[in-house]
Amino acid sequence: MRTVVCLSIVILAGTGGDLLSAHAMKQSARLEVTGGSAVAMLLQGGFRLSAMWAGLVLQALAFFTLLALLSWADVSFVVPATALNYVVGAAGSVLFFREQVDRTRWAGVLLVCLGVAFIFASER
Amino acid sequence: MNDSKKPSLGTFLLLAVAVALDAGGTLLLSGGMKHVGSIEAATSPAVVRAFGRAFARVEIWLGIATLIMWFICSLVLFSRIDFSYFQPASAIGYALVALLGYAVLGETVTAARWIGIVCICAGVTLIGRTPPRTTA
Repeated sequence: MRTVVCLSIVILAGTGGDLLSAHAMKQSARLEVTGGSAVAMLLQGGFRLSAMWAGLVLQALAFFTLLALLSWADVSFVVPATALNYVVGAAGSVLFFREQVDRTRWAGVLLVCLGVAFIFASER
Repeated sequence: MNDSKKPSLGTFLLLAVAVALDAGGTLLLSGGMKHVGSIEAATSPAVVRAFGRAFARVEIWLGIATLIMWFICSLVLFSRIDFSYFQPASAIGYALVALLGYAVLGETVTAARWIGIVCICAGVTLIGRTPPRTTA
């Protein structure tokens, strides 16, 4: 049970953190920041946004939860199981962003689900 | 990256290095955490002490350093190849981690787990082959 809970935190917090950081970096491209190189300006702008900090907090949560998970679970189980983030990403893009996901992508998502089911079956 | 422009040998090598760094970094973290022992979320001070023990281990810091190098390699790769190429190519990392877990950490990787890993690699490859699309 704790494995499922921790894995869910790793996947949801990791994906959420990525989304928030990406959102912040896109927003920062629209901000006016003076001085420095283009990349430094982009990062400077990004760190002025609360979404970037929220993203970092979520990514830190995902990292520490992953460390805890690795303290008892096999790495050959944990890493493949985190591939569920592709499922969360596809579902999130449909549910929250109303994006269109084509059949090839859904076929890929189904294969990942099947693969993770085998991974979980191997743990029992 | 268009189809007529194939990635150079240097880019292939960098991709291989990135996959190896990702797998190696995660393996180091796993090896370090196995020495710390199972972290039970009984009380907050106990969890903090367990993480304190974890960060006293050299494998954890080596793992973090390796993953930082992987991140830098990934940034360089993103400037050279499309994400849709990077994603399926790096899916082999799932198999590499399992192989290293078996060979280095002595983990038991059953047939079911290997089948699962093959399915995941195939699924990620399919997802990566999907052309990017916007609704705007």
